[in-house]
Amino acid sequence: MTTNSTSTADPAVSVENVSVSYRTTFEKVPTFRSAVRRLGRGQRVVHLVEALREVSFEVNHGTSIGIIGANGAGKSTLMRAIAGILPPSEGRIEVHGRVSTLLALGVGFNRKLSGRENVVLGGLAAGMTREELNERYEEIADFAELGEFIDMPMQTYSSGMSARLAFSVAVHLNPDILLIDEALSTGDAKFKQKAARKMREVAENAGTMFLVSHAMRSVKRLCNEALWLHKGQLMMQGDPTEVIAAYTKFLEVGEDAFSLEDM
Amino acid sequence: MRARERERVGSSTLDPTRETTARSSAADGTHGVERQPGQMNATRLDEDFTSSVHVYEPHRNGLPRLRPYFKALWQRRPFAIEMSRASIRADNVNTFFGQIWLVLNPLLLACVYFLLLMIIRGRNNSFDENVVRFVHLCACLFVFHIFFAGCLRQGASSVVGGGKLLLNMSFPRLLLPLAEVRTAFFKFLPTLALFFVILLGFGRPLHWEAIMAPAFLLMLGLFGAGMAMIFATMQVYFRDIGNFLTYMIRMWLYLSPILWYPEMASDGLERIGIPPQVLHVNPLYSMLGGWSDLLVRGQIPAAEWWIAGTVWSIVAFVAGAVFFMSREREFAVRL
Repeated sequence: MTTNSTSTADPAVSVENVSVSYRTTFEKVPTFRSAVRRLGRGQRVVHLVEALREVSFEVNHGTSIGIIGANGAGKSTLMRAIAGILPPSEGRIEVHGRVSTLLALGVGFNRKLSGRENVVLGGLAAGMTREELNERYEEIADFAELGEFIDMPMQTYSSGMSARLAFSVAVHLNPDILLIDEALSTGDAKFKQKAARKMREVAENAGTMFLVSHAMRSVKRLCNEALWLHKGQLMMQGDPTEVIAAYTKFLEVGEDAFSLEDM
Repeated sequence: MRARERERVGSSTLDPTRETTARSSAADGTHGVERQPGQMNATRLDEDFTSSVHVYEPHRNGLPRLRPYFKALWQRRPFAIEMSRASIRADNVNTFFGQIWLVLNPLLLACVYFLLLMIIRGRNNSFDENVVRFVHLCACLFVFHIFFAGCLRQGASSVVGGGKLLLNMSFPRLLLPLAEVRTAFFKFLPTLALFFVILLGFGRPLHWEAIMAPAFLLMLGLFGAGMAMIFATMQVYFRDIGNFLTYMIRMWLYLSPILWYPEMASDGLERIGIPPQVLHVNPLYSMLGGWSDLLVRGQIPAAEWWIAGTVWSIVAFVAGAVFFMSREREFAVRL
């Protein structure tokens, strides 16, 4: 896809030397009790995770970019950093345009509330005004195809239904930049197709889309650029077919034997 | 267009001076005209929150840039209001008894504590004294149990309960505990009406000094908000803080002038030679004491009460906000 006339000299997203690190525990549920117990034993379980290291790239307006890489490569962290949820610990990220995210599945904020109320909450959190929400509400509800479930509490939803609602909210915020993390993995086949269509539509409307996926086929189909991350570092950025080929080869031969010059 | 673009920044930072000025000189009018119709879908409404340029940089000293942060906080207040409304709706489903419990619950609680008081030291009191004691108990217990403890309890779970939303979107997280403060306040309002019914029902006069009471309510609100932010942050790191909180609230209730009058403690301390100002170590001593004195007895509290209450509330609010914001970045990876 060519960049359209509205795109500017500024890239949609520019990431300069970004490193993201954070401290976390690997406890499932951190409790005061376990903290005291650890203190007694003199253990520390806080780990410094360096999720991204010195990553730099630029993405132009109108690009749909697929992000691939093994588990723990820092794909989700990169998305969160671009969305502003996890600001970088070093470097600088510049985002030009309105961002809508679909990172963790489910708008499901308060499961006691109805789908309708969750849509309103999600929209307001994203910075929409009430008037806008009222305008777009019908569209969102129609796209999610929840029928009468839209007025039932979210706890009655199946996981596919809440994923559908989340996807619908994310794409209807009229984003300039859409960030999607593995969103197509739930939902039935019919909705997957519909979601893919909608994503292509977003991409064609000069939107910029980031898609994290393990499904190479959807990256090839939906993206006109790909970016490969490995252990927090940027390995390659370019044409999806080439990047995927390199990545696939890397997976086959293993890390040690691989160098990009082999390509 | 560029000049009108406003930053929408969640827990992020933005350097408007350096960035946008540099760019606005580069990007002239033609660029803005091009952009408006198509790409930005720019209706007037959009522009209020469409920010087109976000710059994310490392937090300095662990804190986000404050000006854009608070600007974003102010812009998103409809979200906090909606969330608070929704949680009130979810808490008591719109049934008759759902609403009634909001009032019945504190009333029964007041009766229980009054019974306790009568058993412990109710002998030889005249009917009138007991009435004043009950009215004082209601004044303080309602505001403590529903408003203040509500801030603490619901505020503590606000961030952990925010789960998916925190992982998905970037917005000033301070909105979450502040929404719970609003919730607690709106749950408190019906009990305030109940209090006036009790006050007048027992034939106690309504003093003009009561118009000053909201000052103490405000102090309590600020203090409660500060505590809500602190406990919300702590609960991210220690999920079992809620268990501990229940007992802390109970103890705070006994240590504050709710079941007793403020002067009982100060007289007692003076008798053994300790300056009664020590009592201001408990922030609620002045706040609840002043509240009840103005409402029930129509006495204007001494200056030191006003000072102690104000200082405590501001310190707690600022400290809570700074603590919360300094930890905010980690919430996304700790949930």
